[in-house]
Amino acid sequence: MRQNKTLKTIIIILILALFVYYAQNNFDNYKIRILNLCAINTILTLSLNLTNGFSGMFSLGTAGFMAVGAYTSAILTMPPEVKQMNFFMAPMNPALMKLNAPFIIALIAAGLLAALVGFLIGAPVLKLKGDYLAIATLGFGEIIGVIFTNTQSITNGALGLKGLPQYTNLYWSFGLATLTTLGLMTFLNSSYGRALKAIREDETAAQAMGINLFFHKNLAFAISAFLAGIGGALMANLLSTIDPTMFKFTYTYQILLMVVLGGMGSITGSIISATIMTIMMEALRSVESTLDLGFITIPGIPGMRMVIFSLILIAVVLFLKNGIMGENELTFEAVQKAINKLQPKKGGKSHEPTRS
Amino acid sequence: MNLLEAKNITIKFGGLTAVQDFNLTLQKGQIVGLIGPNGAGKTTAFNAITGIYKPTTGKVILEGQDITGLLPDKITKLGIARTFQNIRLFSNLSVLQNVLVGHHLRIKSSPLAATLRLPQYTKEENEMIQKTKELLKRVKLDDVQDEKAGSLPYGKQRRLEIARALATEPKILLLDEPAAGMNPQESKDLMEFIKQIRDDFGLTIFMIEHHMAVVMGICEHILVLDHGITIAQGTPEQIQNNPKVIEAYLGVETDA
Repeated sequence: MRQNKTLKTIIIILILALFVYYAQNNFDNYKIRILNLCAINTILTLSLNLTNGFSGMFSLGTAGFMAVGAYTSAILTMPPEVKQMNFFMAPMNPALMKLNAPFIIALIAAGLLAALVGFLIGAPVLKLKGDYLAIATLGFGEIIGVIFTNTQSITNGALGLKGLPQYTNLYWSFGLATLTTLGLMTFLNSSYGRALKAIREDETAAQAMGINLFFHKNLAFAISAFLAGIGGALMANLLSTIDPTMFKFTYTYQILLMVVLGGMGSITGSIISATIMTIMMEALRSVESTLDLGFITIPGIPGMRMVIFSLILIAVVLFLKNGIMGENELTFEAVQKAINKLQPKKGGKSHEPTRS
Repeated sequence: MNLLEAKNITIKFGGLTAVQDFNLTLQKGQIVGLIGPNGAGKTTAFNAITGIYKPTTGKVILEGQDITGLLPDKITKLGIARTFQNIRLFSNLSVLQNVLVGHHLRIKSSPLAATLRLPQYTKEENEMIQKTKELLKRVKLDDVQDEKAGSLPYGKQRRLEIARALATEPKILLLDEPAAGMNPQESKDLMEFIKQIRDDFGLTIFMIEHHMAVVMGICEHILVLDHGITIAQGTPEQIQNNPKVIEAYLGVETDA
């Protein structure tokens, strides 16, 4: 049974690998870009779901941690000549000037630094609950933006950094998204994951069961920051240009939307919604250009996409309170049962998908 | 040596003194009851022992070690487990998972080892599941182990809460109104159950209970609280005949 499951997982990963290989070699740049964004957004959505969905800590710091990761990776991967060109207003800190590392090291450093920042933020604020925690983490995200705008010799301030090497390709983004998914699945199904869910369900009772709230909450928060940092690094080396305004609250809001839409506390839900939303975000660009309906011409309104997304969010909250998946996972058994259900002759009873 | 000692515990919330000069000694294997009218400060005294409140003055001593003011999770680790007056299960987790959470505090593998499913962790996890299943069998909940805790009937939820507390491998078990909302037959079963687990697990039990039949039936020693003050203590017979206790529960006759 267990081996069977592992085998199926391996098969799915192989199919995904084949698809990624095919896409990287045959798709045009635009499609590859969108697929990369799908994978990066999946990582970010999972990162936010870990705190908000699984551990019951309402955090809004994603964009801040992304910024930390993005800048770390940028500084580590940019060759000195490019740095020289970027820092024409004021010279870069000479120690950082010489730094140069391969992408893998940059990614790990981005994650670790974001996790460290996550721990430093988390340690004092994680005793807050609900909206208070949300406000504190939101404040942190804004502060990071302000700091990065003003540390001219490190981040080049508001000018941003340009000409980052475009290391991010589908192998990196899908590989890391797959690793994140598998890692989170085993983590959340372990004793530590149960402890986090217990904290989400009832903090007082969890603590009375001997669960160290400080350790477990900070652990989840730091892992979430780690993943957001990696997401930010992948994003930076995909877009090749970063500046502090990229990592504003609106980005966190987008990711939060994906978490809620997919289902708070569902890994597969996050993957599905991150993929659908990223693709739709591009597909809906048409509503922002001038529409000619024959009898009437609607002028293009920039930002119209976000209006549509806001409407979707309202609809989801009203009609599909728990998102697409709720807290359920799309497991092999669930799929099998759904298939059985489609074949009435077999008369398989309807079952709920397995809970995580 | 006394297993647990509470010395002159006083808890004040602003100007309100919820518990005053509360003293308690527990010997190994005892079942001690705490009774008193509503609002007498029983749960507050419990919370002071388990670390949810820090006593304003006074000390809690477990096996000679001062545990006053430690966080609840530390105190649980040292061997005091509890249940709650209004059941606090992890309702969305299964029965099995609820009890597994109780075992988590003794885990030795790191989160990384758990994520990578290293042999050390797998072994620990299997042991936890083994122990949990045995425990569930003993409290007769093994037939519902995969159901959501929140969907269980009331009596089973009470038993599950006790099982979850037992999973932390306590020396002392604090039960906050375990018989609340139970009918006479269920209370009788509960009494048997409490005695049974005391003997099976070598526990010492300190319980708050309103149900007089239960308290008088199993407690060897009883304390009575009224308005935060310990007005009486002794054996069930002594308590039953104590005029102060009768007064606290029924009020005094006054000449109109």
